[in-house]
Parts: sequence; C-alpha cells; structure tokens
Amino acid sequence: MSQPTTLPPAPLPGALRIGTSRGILEVREFFREWETVVFTFSLPTLILVLFSSIFENVTDTPGGMSATEFYLPGLIAMGLMSVSFQNLGIGIANERGNGTLRRLRGTPMPPAAYFVGKTVLVLILAAGQVALLLAVARLGYGAALDLGAAGWFTFAWVLALGTVSSALLGIAISSAARSVQAASGIVVVPFLVLQFLSGIFLPVSLLPDGALTVASLFPLKWMAQGMRAAFYPESAAAMEPSGGFELPLVAGALGAWCVAGLVLCLLTFRWKTAKDG
Amino acid sequence: METTHSASSPRDGIAASVRGLRKSYGATTAVDDIDLDIAAGEVFALLGPNGAGKSTAVEILEGFRRRDAGEVHVLGTDPETAGRAWKARIGIVWQRPVEGSPLTPLDLVRHFAGYYPESWDPEEVLELVGLSDKKRARVRSLSGGQSRRLDVALGIVGRPELLFLDEPTTGFDPEARRRFWTLIRDLAGEGTTIVLTTHYLDEAEALADRVAVISKGRIVAQGAPATLGGRAEARARVSWTADGHHREIRTEEPTRVVADLMSTFPGEIPDLSVHRPTLEETYLRLVEEPGADTQESLAANREELTT
Repeated sequence: MSQPTTLPPAPLPGALRIGTSRGILEVREFFREWETVVFTFSLPTLILVLFSSIFENVTDTPGGMSATEFYLPGLIAMGLMSVSFQNLGIGIANERGNGTLRRLRGTPMPPAAYFVGKTVLVLILAAGQVALLLAVARLGYGAALDLGAAGWFTFAWVLALGTVSSALLGIAISSAARSVQAASGIVVVPFLVLQFLSGIFLPVSLLPDGALTVASLFPLKWMAQGMRAAFYPESAAAMEPSGGFELPLVAGALGAWCVAGLVLCLLTFRWKTAKDG
Repeated sequence: METTHSASSPRDGIAASVRGLRKSYGATTAVDDIDLDIAAGEVFALLGPNGAGKSTAVEILEGFRRRDAGEVHVLGTDPETAGRAWKARIGIVWQRPVEGSPLTPLDLVRHFAGYYPESWDPEEVLELVGLSDKKRARVRSLSGGQSRRLDVALGIVGRPELLFLDEPTTGFDPEARRRFWTLIRDLAGEGTTIVLTTHYLDEAEALADRVAVISKGRIVAQGAPATLGGRAEARARVSWTADGHHREIRTEEPTRVVADLMSTFPGEIPDLSVHRPTLEETYLRLVEEPGADTQESLAANREELTT
C-alpha cells in the first residue's frame, strides 16, 4: 500500500531535552510549595541562624572561629543531603504511590529523562541552598569564608561527590518504601540519627567512638568532614578524632557510595507499586 | 486529526487485534483466552463487573502488563516490546485522576506536549476539553470533573491514533458526563480510535460502536450495543391488565399482539406496555451466566415461558 504523500516519522524529542524540561517543571513545583521550601530547603539556614544566635558568646572554639563559622560546614553537608537524599527519597516514593511514574511510563518519555530531570532539580536546589547558607553566614554573621583556592576546590568536589552519592541513595531508598507514609519514616528517621552521629550538631570530638564508627558507614559523616577541611583553618585539624581531615579517605568513601548507590538504584528502581503488578 | 506517517497507518484498518490472550495472577485467572478485534476509527467499549479482567486486558494492550499467552498487536506492534515511537501513537487516560500539583493545567499540558514528536497546541487542547477558563488555575483547585478533563487533555496532547479511556466518568454528575461524552464523540469524529472501559451501560450505549462484555476473564458477548447478546432479536414483552390480573406475553410480533388487544378492549388498554430488553438487562443476563456459551444462553432466554 503506497501513499505518495506520506511524511517520514517526525523525530522523537531527546532524553536531554525532555529531562531538562522535567527538571524545570520540578523546580517550579518545588518552589510553589511553601512547606517544602521552609522545611526542606530553608531548614539548614534556620538552624544556622538559631545556633549563631544561641552560641553567640561562645568563644571556646578552635582557631577562634565564631559559632557561625563553626557550624557552617556541617550544615552545608546536612543541607546537601536534605535536598538530595531526603527530597528524592520521599519525593520519588510519593510519585510512585500517586501514579505519576505510571503516567510517565505511558508516554514516550525516555526513562533517562526522568533521572535527568531529578539531576537538574537536585543541582539547582543544592546550589540555591549552599548560596543561601553562605550568604546568611557572610552577610548576617560576618563569617570569614576565607577558603583560598585549595579550600574552594575541596568544597567543590565534596559538594559534587556528596550530593551525587546522597541522591543515588535517596532514589534507592524510595523503592524500599511500601507506601508514601512509610517513605517519610524510612527517610527522615535515619537521616536525623545520622545528623547527630555525624557531628552536624555536636562537635565530632565529643562523640563516642561507636557513634563515629556507625556514621563512617554513611556519606554524611564524610561530607561534613570534607566541608570542615574546606572551611576550617588548618589548625582545626587537630580537633578531628584522627588528628587530620583525611581528605583522601573522604574522597574514597564518597566515591564508593556513588558506585554503591548507583548499583542499588539499578537493582531496586521500580516504576510501579507492587499493587500495579 | 490527520496522521500521515506511512509507518503509522494501522494495517488493514485494524487498530488492535488479540488472539488467545491469557493472564493469571498466581492461581487467579484474570484473562482467560480472549480474542478481540478493534477497527481503526471505532469507539470500542469493554464492559464488565469489577474484577472481570477488563483492566488487565486493557493494561496488556497499553503495554503495561505482560501476558502469559496469546498474540497481541496494537497499531501493528506487540505492546510488550514496543518502543517510544509506538508510545507516541497511543494516549492513555488513567482511571486515577491526575495528581494535585501547584502548577496550572497549561503548565502540565505544555510540558507533556514536549514528549511527543507531533503534538497539539496546548491552548487548543485545553479549549477542546473545556478547560480554557481554568488553564491558569492551580491543578489542585480543580473539581473532579475538571481534573478528569485535564487527564483527557494529557492523554490526547500527543495526537494519538488510539486513545485508551479507563472508566473515564466514574464519580461524575449527570451533566458532566454528558459534556464528557460530547468530547469523546468529537475525538472519535476526528478519527481517533477509542478503547473505553466502563461499568456504565448508558455510557457504552451512548458512545460505543461496538461493545464486548467480559465476565470472569472471558468475552461473553460482542457486538453493536443495539444487537448485543441477541438483544435485537429477543422477543418483546407485551403486558397489560385484564380483570384485575397482570397479563404478559413474549412475542416476536408485538404490533400484532397490540392490534389484537385493541379489538378486545373497547378503549384504552389498561397498563399497556411493550418492552424490549435494555442493554442493562442484556448485560446483567450475560454477566450472571458466566461461562455459558452466548448462543446457548440466548436460546435459553428465547425458550423462557411467558405467563
């Protein structure tokens, strides 16, 4: 059956283009929900403001750091994990539960575009979050932010490796949740425990060895340690339990979690709920 | 709606064909040896009680579930192995309404349009489904009927050749249902093949060119709504009251019966009614006799004794 007037099939839009469009849509959705903006996005900054005010007169810090300077690296690490691990862990479980993933699988959207979209979302949130923390620390509390080239370089790779590994873990844990309600428990509780064990709120020097050993199994401790290496003066290294920032170990641990997280994602990711068959 | 790719013309005017389809979940057989042919351009309704297997059958056609046995071709392709180009030619309106979003219908339709090689203008689609005045409202603020129309907008924005509608009007008020039916007829009028599952018989009767009734995983009847299950040939029931007693006759010639009655009664025939089986009665009979062969059940019905 020949039809002389037929056109060749129009090309399908590419994964990168659709993914970018998804990312922009997700960022817009994120910032239209004031609850997520306050509780996920602004929480580290709120805590920074709180700690800076409460501990304003505490001067017993290594290298003469202010409370703001002291807490900033840990809160950056916590913020990065929150926009990646917590945001994706709960968000994807929610999208699986409410049928968003199923709806997407019924369209010609390539699966990769979904993950490109999540990458765009996490990158924009991470950049925005860090910018907000740095701006409040600098403008609100006069933090020095005197990192030097090497410090900023450390900051950049810890940010990249930490965010990627946490995002992958978030995607993986979303599949472990049997329901949306279960997801927030599975995500929030371990994250909160890790924050205490990883020296975000309490100085690592005060933590018992057992706590640090457990925390060492997860990325947050290494992200916080890497950020301290970037932001703290050289003299503060003495305060670390091992007597140094151990940057090669930080890179190794976060790199290993990137690989493990990717493998977990590939093994566990599901577009449907168990009920959908 | 013009679709002019050579690759996309359904073969021989068939949008979907199914032979010997089977699907079990553990020990439960959901779909048990189904054959179906859906012609390009028709509105085809799959009717059946909850749990009859209609959703499973449709999800297999949509490429969402794997089958245990049988042959399935949808737009000339096996849905199980079909790729993105095939998905661009179908549209799915899910049973579950679109999830609440802080964005607007226009945002969402515009976004989904970007998934397809050839899509409708998002504003036009919203106009078509009657959501123009809500296009800048938050999706979350839409009523049930409005959300459903947004679902249809998302289902058709990619100019599908074949549109699946899964119980589209459940929970609608009567007026919203009528409006929705008009929309579906418009789409069908433009040449879109529509596969509809529903448990509303009036909906099937109003929209469908052909209906298949599925019960316990099997097709128990298939045909135009007017002739389904031998409905057209079924005897009419003429009833009246004589001497204070209800009288009833089943006949193939209701006109003659009424004419005879007119000569018997001097004036009005008390409580006269001529009744042919409605689609609903036919349907209920079909689904209440699961496994019974259609012809047999039809014959049984004809042999029913009249009073």
